[in-house]
Amino acid sequence: MVKLNPTVFLEWPVIRQITSGDTLGRGPGVTSARTREMRPRIADADRVAQSVCPYCAVGCGQRIFVKDEKVIQIEGDPDSPISRGRLCPKGAASEQLVNSPRRVTTVRYRRPHGTEWEDLDLDTAIDMIADRFVQARHDYWQEEDEKGNKNLRRTMGIAALGGATLDNEENYLIKKLFTAAGAVQIENQARI
Amino acid sequence: MAECHPVGFQWVTEAKLRGARVIHVDPRFTRTTAQADRHIPIRVGSDIALLGALINHVLSNELWFKDYVLHYTNATTVVSDDFVDTEELDGLFSGWNDETRSYDMSSWAYAERDDLPEEAVDGDSGDDEVDAPDPVDESGHLMSETSRADTQGSGGPPLEHARIKKDPTLQNPRCVLNILRRHYARYTPEMVERVCGISQEDFAYLADSIVQNSGRDRTTAFCYAVGWTQHSDGAQMIRTSTILQLLMGNIGRPGSGVMALRGHASIQGSTDIPTLYNLLPGYLPMPLAGSSDTLAQYVDNIASTKQKGYWANADTYAVSLLKAWWGEKATAENDWGFAYIPRLTGAHGTYQTVMAMLEDKVAGYFVLGQNPAVGSAHSRMQRRGLAHLKWLVVRDLQMIETASFWKDSPEIETGELRTEDIATEVFFLPAANHAEKSGTFTQTQRLLQWRHKAVSPPGDCMSELQFFYLLGQKIRERLAGSPLERDQGLLDLTWDYPLDEEGEVDPEAVLKEINGYQLTGPKAGRLLSSYTEMKADGSTSGGCWIYTGVYADGINMSARRTPHGGDQPLEHEWGWAWPADRRILYNRASADPDGKPWSERKKLVWWDEDAKRWTGDDVPDFPVGTRPDYVAPDTAGGPEALSGTDPFIMQADGLGWLYAPRGMVDGPMPTHYEPAESPVVNPVYGVQASPTRKTFRRQDNLFAASGNEPGAEVFPFVFTTYRLTEHHTAGGMSRWLPYLSELQPEMFCEVSPELANLRGLENGGWATLVSPRAVIEARVLVTPRMRPLVADGRTVHQIGLPYHWAVGGRAIVTGDSANDLLGVVLDPNVNIQEAKAAACDIRPGRRPQGAARLEMLAEYQGRAGLTVETSQEAPERLEPARGPQPAEQVEEEA
Repeated sequence: MVKLNPTVFLEWPVIRQITSGDTLGRGPGVTSARTREMRPRIADADRVAQSVCPYCAVGCGQRIFVKDEKVIQIEGDPDSPISRGRLCPKGAASEQLVNSPRRVTTVRYRRPHGTEWEDLDLDTAIDMIADRFVQARHDYWQEEDEKGNKNLRRTMGIAALGGATLDNEENYLIKKLFTAAGAVQIENQARI
Repeated sequence: MAECHPVGFQWVTEAKLRGARVIHVDPRFTRTTAQADRHIPIRVGSDIALLGALINHVLSNELWFKDYVLHYTNATTVVSDDFVDTEELDGLFSGWNDETRSYDMSSWAYAERDDLPEEAVDGDSGDDEVDAPDPVDESGHLMSETSRADTQGSGGPPLEHARIKKDPTLQNPRCVLNILRRHYARYTPEMVERVCGISQEDFAYLADSIVQNSGRDRTTAFCYAVGWTQHSDGAQMIRTSTILQLLMGNIGRPGSGVMALRGHASIQGSTDIPTLYNLLPGYLPMPLAGSSDTLAQYVDNIASTKQKGYWANADTYAVSLLKAWWGEKATAENDWGFAYIPRLTGAHGTYQTVMAMLEDKVAGYFVLGQNPAVGSAHSRMQRRGLAHLKWLVVRDLQMIETASFWKDSPEIETGELRTEDIATEVFFLPAANHAEKSGTFTQTQRLLQWRHKAVSPPGDCMSELQFFYLLGQKIRERLAGSPLERDQGLLDLTWDYPLDEEGEVDPEAVLKEINGYQLTGPKAGRLLSSYTEMKADGSTSGGCWIYTGVYADGINMSARRTPHGGDQPLEHEWGWAWPADRRILYNRASADPDGKPWSERKKLVWWDEDAKRWTGDDVPDFPVGTRPDYVAPDTAGGPEALSGTDPFIMQADGLGWLYAPRGMVDGPMPTHYEPAESPVVNPVYGVQASPTRKTFRRQDNLFAASGNEPGAEVFPFVFTTYRLTEHHTAGGMSRWLPYLSELQPEMFCEVSPELANLRGLENGGWATLVSPRAVIEARVLVTPRMRPLVADGRTVHQIGLPYHWAVGGRAIVTGDSANDLLGVVLDPNVNIQEAKAAACDIRPGRRPQGAARLEMLAEYQGRAGLTVETSQEAPERLEPARGPQPAEQVEEEA
């Protein structure tokens, strides 16, 4: 006679169906051991940061899960009254935006007439840009123009485009610095 | 909306489940259409004819919301006898100047009263501006009015006088409502059918739906995106819907409004705190040369202290901004540093700037999270402009086409440019992404939401905040000790920001500067709670007055994250909306003139007689203690001049403008004009296209002939550009992602089965598209989603083109750019290009390679006889339709 192991017996689906209250057999009553052992990849996250989707202007809430100082997943934030946890294909793919293997993470430099990219140290790059900024500002300075407008105190040698994907704080510093420098041709996607 | 703002569309779905009717007016069938009760395909560029006919419908059938319109709009205001309408001048308003191709707007003004005391008569604010010389920009455009027009931002332009004459009985034929009736009288359902290709039955359904769903108990909303803005009369399209919404009582109430669905995470923020040439933070204008020598003149041009509403306090916003930027160096003696701000002499928009590049007038260009080589109209011109720069700084996540244009742009392939010849020095600096920095985005409903930094950026990647902070430091170091006056603005700038533990600028410190501080007195150092606390005496600072309050009581309100926004109906505990956390603007209009809700169903804000204040579910957008029955004295100015029934607190007269006496350079009322390139001769007026549109007569910017003009048959089809759900604008954030690239791998064009038949196009095959500017290729999608429309007896075939792709670069998926096909013609109010309607030809097969591609373009241009004058005249009057028409001719040949 085979002795019935009470543990195995209790694992019978029909018993589980009754004992778990899953009478229709569509929930815990029928899950396999493997399914029960599965854990979401975010379960191991060290922390989660509340964020906002970077694509369109609906402003869907995102939860960014971080493990070992790396983003491991980005999901919709169910707390957000705007998005209620939903993300569109772009928002849902934003983990690939963050962790893209194609992403360029070092400065690249192309010298005048050059045919290839070269490496450049970050500090050197910012120094070179600052030098060129000061020079262009000087070379293209206007106090008056050919039409007789006076007190213009501006430079037409420096322009910028971008801002609609940036933070308010960033746009603020850009506008503040360029305006103080006399650069007026500062534009972004809102004009397009 | 379901395509481009899918998650926002869930609320449309919710509304539909509760019985709302959804109507989709769009040339193509989209995911929105699939959910709509009815799809009304429209000929691109004909929106004003449709909306104007709706206005005519509600006016001629007396269906407008009388209590709302009579009290809250300028319907009863009388207009000057000098004003002459387009109905009498066949498409032009009074004040037209053929030479400058612009209007003198003075005849559009309100009529004047002559029975007011002297104090009120001083209310003219615009004299300096009106009398200022009219500078002409490099392209020959008259600039003083145009550049002023797009600087009014959240407020209306100042009125020339405060002596407004009204006729509450509406008997005066020159009161606004009667002028409106006459202006739109010919915009009938028959005209809609003729102009838009919309059946009279569809029109009746649309009109009835709006009328039945407006009034005390119900409201209707209009949602739009760049389908309205990207036209040579785009600003007027939006105004037409505003007029209709005002007539139906659909502004300032729950479920009402004209909602701009904006396409970038912080494009609203980048307008509020503008990286735009014509604005300073908070929609303060950039000063214009000649009329803003002193701060007093500048402020006087913005608003008169005698006019109604909160723009009368513009001096407090301006001085607080100057104090935020120049701190202790901004003093009453030096006019708060106002002279440090550069002056405009015209439009310095992105397209004008690219043309300046081509003339070697620009040395350096910063491109920040944008990809103009793909995303801007006439991207060929953009790329050629880049090749004229001395240096270019591109800051992005990926190696986008704008950075690598010198290596792999289409112009290299055709031989127009040679890498070795391009002298542009290029710096590619990797940027931090949204997960790698803290800060605020302002979403499309003015809500600021703080993002918490999740991780630090890798390698050399850096936020714009940190980059510009460092760049500013290095520039200031180089200028230190300079005796030059021009350098003092940079040296005096407040640029000391606290750094976090990683040595980076603390973004909260910047947000606090934007919010503003009390600078003097016992409460010095306190963060301001409201812009009403700002002063013009240097005792307060604030980098963007409409954002003041985001740090009220020292708390970062944009970081509020109570689940679901808390228990309040408008979810106020999630983020922070400018101004003053008001979730629905102009919400005084949600109550009747007596201060009671129009209905229980639509109640939002109301007057509480016991508490003697406005109260309700939203923060009242009105002086909280101003009684509904208060009548402001004629001598008052500013917020005190708002009567209890003046809901539009930023307007100079406190009212919603059905008729704009100032501010819109192309007319006080929207008027139908054809797009710059159109197969249809304007059926409404003799004037073909918007006479004030900005054209650029250049050999690299040719336009197709319109109507039946010689050569029009060479570019017989209309194309329109748009986005797909799976991609984002120029692709910098989507074409590099495997999931999205797999979902939408290839550039394609959408054509109707009829057009496919006409041109022999095969579904899944290739097509070559030719415009007067470029030749591109695309895969063909033959689909009934595109439907030919009949306009003015002519079959109009419309081709749909997504604009996400580009060749070159290192993206996963590549393809030709739709924006190569576009020319540069701009709305005169806002300098935005017409990207939604243009002319092309389409033929089966792939495009030629190399120089043969240019030869094909030249052959088309020659065959059409294009010159720089073609379709660039204004006002242009075309021969009316006669005989067989180009589209039909093509059909016979095929």
